[in-house]
Amino acid sequence: MRSESVKIINNGLWHNNQALVALLGLCPLLAVSNTVINSLGLGIATTLTLVLSNLLVSSLRRFILPEIRLPLFVLIIAGVVTIIELIMHAWFYDLYKILGIFIPLIVTNCAIIGRAEVFASKNKILPSLLDGLAMGIGFSFALVLLGGFREVLSSGTLFAQADLLFGHSAKNWQITFFDDSGILLAMLPPGAFIGLGLLIALKNALELKQKSTKTNTSKVYE
Amino acid sequence: MKLTPPAQAALRIGLFSFIIIGLVSFVYHATKDKIALNEHQALLKNLQRVLKKQSYDNDLANDFVQITKSGQTYKIYRARKLNKPVAAVITTTTSQGYNGNISLLIAININGNINAVRVLNHRETPGLGDAIELKKSPWILSFNNLPLQNIQQWAVKRDGGNFDQFTGATITPRAIVNEVKATALFFQQHQHEIF
Repeated sequence: MRSESVKIINNGLWHNNQALVALLGLCPLLAVSNTVINSLGLGIATTLTLVLSNLLVSSLRRFILPEIRLPLFVLIIAGVVTIIELIMHAWFYDLYKILGIFIPLIVTNCAIIGRAEVFASKNKILPSLLDGLAMGIGFSFALVLLGGFREVLSSGTLFAQADLLFGHSAKNWQITFFDDSGILLAMLPPGAFIGLGLLIALKNALELKQKSTKTNTSKVYE
Repeated sequence: MKLTPPAQAALRIGLFSFIIIGLVSFVYHATKDKIALNEHQALLKNLQRVLKKQSYDNDLANDFVQITKSGQTYKIYRARKLNKPVAAVITTTTSQGYNGNISLLIAININGNINAVRVLNHRETPGLGDAIELKKSPWILSFNNLPLQNIQQWAVKRDGGNFDQFTGATITPRAIVNEVKATALFFQQHQHEIF
């Protein structure tokens, strides 16, 4: 059971990272990742949606006929996203003002329907919850990295406007590297594609290196 | 009675839709009043941002008229002091932005000068067009105490006017400047209908 959980977490964060390996959810990923704070906001909301949708799909999996599973998943995800939006609008008004424009984008994230199809509809509730959480955190991690990359290159800052998400005390979190306007390309949509390409290349390079050191050490032991 | 598989599938989809719609409408009704209250409080806050509380003494949020002129609907809050009109706070939207409607709150003094402008709602590109929010950039303050007599210079610099555009985003500020200008002209022409 324990090694099973570790496997789920590893898959979500690294081996099957939804953004870097499965390449799912690129629409919100590319659209919103121009600053760290925007990325983090969307990451949190996406993780919440993934957890809730996995929970619902997993607990209802006995009632979902295979022929009609896709419309049912869409129905459940759209319902979850709408409910999250309404609740935030009512009780977290300030947060809603910031994340409001990102919330409907989550419906377009194929990673959520992907996890419902591949994992939640075939597994028990607890592993599904863990899977949603790990996938969400993995997705947020890629988002924040890409957001950081684009923010540094285009405006020379990191954590700008952190107070939108973390309140007034976060106003001085901003780190400024240079004051002149940077590479505008990084802020525009092509910058998102280029940045994502570089991130994927970096991940693959890290994995290759890991593999080669493994084979080297095993050779030594032979 | 045994149902055929398609009928069973249809029944399930119907059942699921019913439950999800039920859930969403339950949450909608549970949050409706709270959301309306939030919006009302946000409106009060916004009204105070464009017009100082001391400059009027009526119940501004509840003293409004709606006027539709050439397809554009303006909701106008009327500020009065000792029953004399002092200013109008006009809500208006423009569709000339980069992405969807931008709604604005424009306070105009009775002499026609702009008092202040704020953006209420927009879906402009984060990081580029969203510099129209005061939270992200002080740009919108360039409308503060803007005298009417220079109205022909109310345009972004690229169009030969006085207002800065943003790096990578000219369309958004242009939409706002043009809408403020149109609203100021509207106020000039229809002041007698408002008060």
